[in-house]
Amino acid sequence: MAEILSDSPLLETPLAPLHRELGGKMVPFAGYSMPVQYPAGILAEHLATRQGATLFDVSHMGQVELRGEGAAEALERLTPADVKILKPGRQKYGLLTTEAGGVLDDFMVANLGDRLFLVLNASRKDVDCAAIEAALPAGVTLHRMPDRALLAFQGPAAVPSLATLAPAVAALPFMGVAAAEIAGIPVLVSRSGYTGEDGVEISVAADRAEDLARTLLALPGASIAGLGARDSLRLEAGLCLYGNDIDETTSPVEAGLTWTVGKRRRTEWNFPGAERIREELDNGPKRLRVGILPEGRQPARAHTAIAVGGETVGEVTSGTFGPSLNGPCAMGYVAREHAADGTALELMVRGKAIPARVAATPFIPHRYAR
Amino acid sequence: MADLKFSKDHEWVRLEGNVATVGITDHAQTALGDVVFVDLPEAGREVAAGEAIAVVESVKAASDVYAPVAGTIVESNGALADDPSLVNGAAQSDGWFFRIELSNPDELDGLMDAAAYQAFVDSQS
Repeated sequence: MAEILSDSPLLETPLAPLHRELGGKMVPFAGYSMPVQYPAGILAEHLATRQGATLFDVSHMGQVELRGEGAAEALERLTPADVKILKPGRQKYGLLTTEAGGVLDDFMVANLGDRLFLVLNASRKDVDCAAIEAALPAGVTLHRMPDRALLAFQGPAAVPSLATLAPAVAALPFMGVAAAEIAGIPVLVSRSGYTGEDGVEISVAADRAEDLARTLLALPGASIAGLGARDSLRLEAGLCLYGNDIDETTSPVEAGLTWTVGKRRRTEWNFPGAERIREELDNGPKRLRVGILPEGRQPARAHTAIAVGGETVGEVTSGTFGPSLNGPCAMGYVAREHAADGTALELMVRGKAIPARVAATPFIPHRYAR
Repeated sequence: MADLKFSKDHEWVRLEGNVATVGITDHAQTALGDVVFVDLPEAGREVAAGEAIAVVESVKAASDVYAPVAGTIVESNGALADDPSLVNGAAQSDGWFFRIELSNPDELDGLMDAAAYQAFVDSQS
């Protein structure tokens, strides 16, 4: 996990007292003190997510609204995503791009009817907001929402158990968004997540966040999970982590995220970095992000060199032991000629070459609601 | 546990005759979290005190394990290959890593007893 270290004191989320009460092991992450795990441990928290329902505090992430006529058009100045096509009550994943064709951030955007709601990475929210504000026309305004918390409730039991308190949630399709009330607490719920499982992400007023968290944890089969499990879950699900797998040096095409470039946008080419992205779509990128399965049980971590026939062809960007896979898994970039599924690779772990192969992601099939 | 000695690298050592059994401490396994893989030295390898000779990997991180004393590896714990979680469940007994035949038994004098190790851990937290 990318850690942003600085001398400034760590920020806390509204759930900090609850994390301490539950025995959360707090670590610095993107300027916040966040729970990496609880006494159950990463392995148990990971498996509990795949089997039941777990609650993650992701309040460090940035929540912002874009308000005003033309908000979608304004956001399209910064992203190759088709934002205008997004219907009210729908959310999509997208990338903010740089003029050089790199990835400024990855984000979620929801159409709330009269405004857009965005969720940004904690480590990038300041950079993103500055870029967005610089591109806004008169009449469209950006509103940061530091008084909101964000909870993820993930796993096959999450929505069925939450529906006992808020029946409307069960009717939300994957990537659907709606205002709701959970045990009398007003919330904004989206059917989405970062684990590969069905589940929801819930935006709530900071001063109601602990009430909501305790309500969710009291549901049958629910337990708490930390950022460690969140990382192993997303990696098994083949999902990118900004700062590891994508950053300002990686293009959307190299990252295998061309599906986030809207069809209409590929006729307009009017987004930052369009020149590089178009060139790579036409001729293929020099390197590609791939899934990697090492042989044996030893994980290959981020920055492990990838070789073919003794020659370095790339680098691992994320790697861990996948608890559901019961084995190591990784992702990284390799030169395009070595990117086909099944290609034999060597991972240079502590001076030893570990055999591995390129493998399709997700490593664990997604089980999103339809 | 009274016969165990401890290093500042969070290893424990139990001496039987001229052979030291070495593992990581209960404190170390708690800090590491769920252990999923252990790489151990081959029997017959000569090791220097302080040399990184084993690797322990948890879901979240990899850590080196050092030879607390110099000598020759006589055995590694094969049970850890099949069940790395022994390191979490029995760090200071069945979860041992390797056995070293000492080349210089005086090196043990540099290690801590249980009370001194606990004080060392407390001073670091």
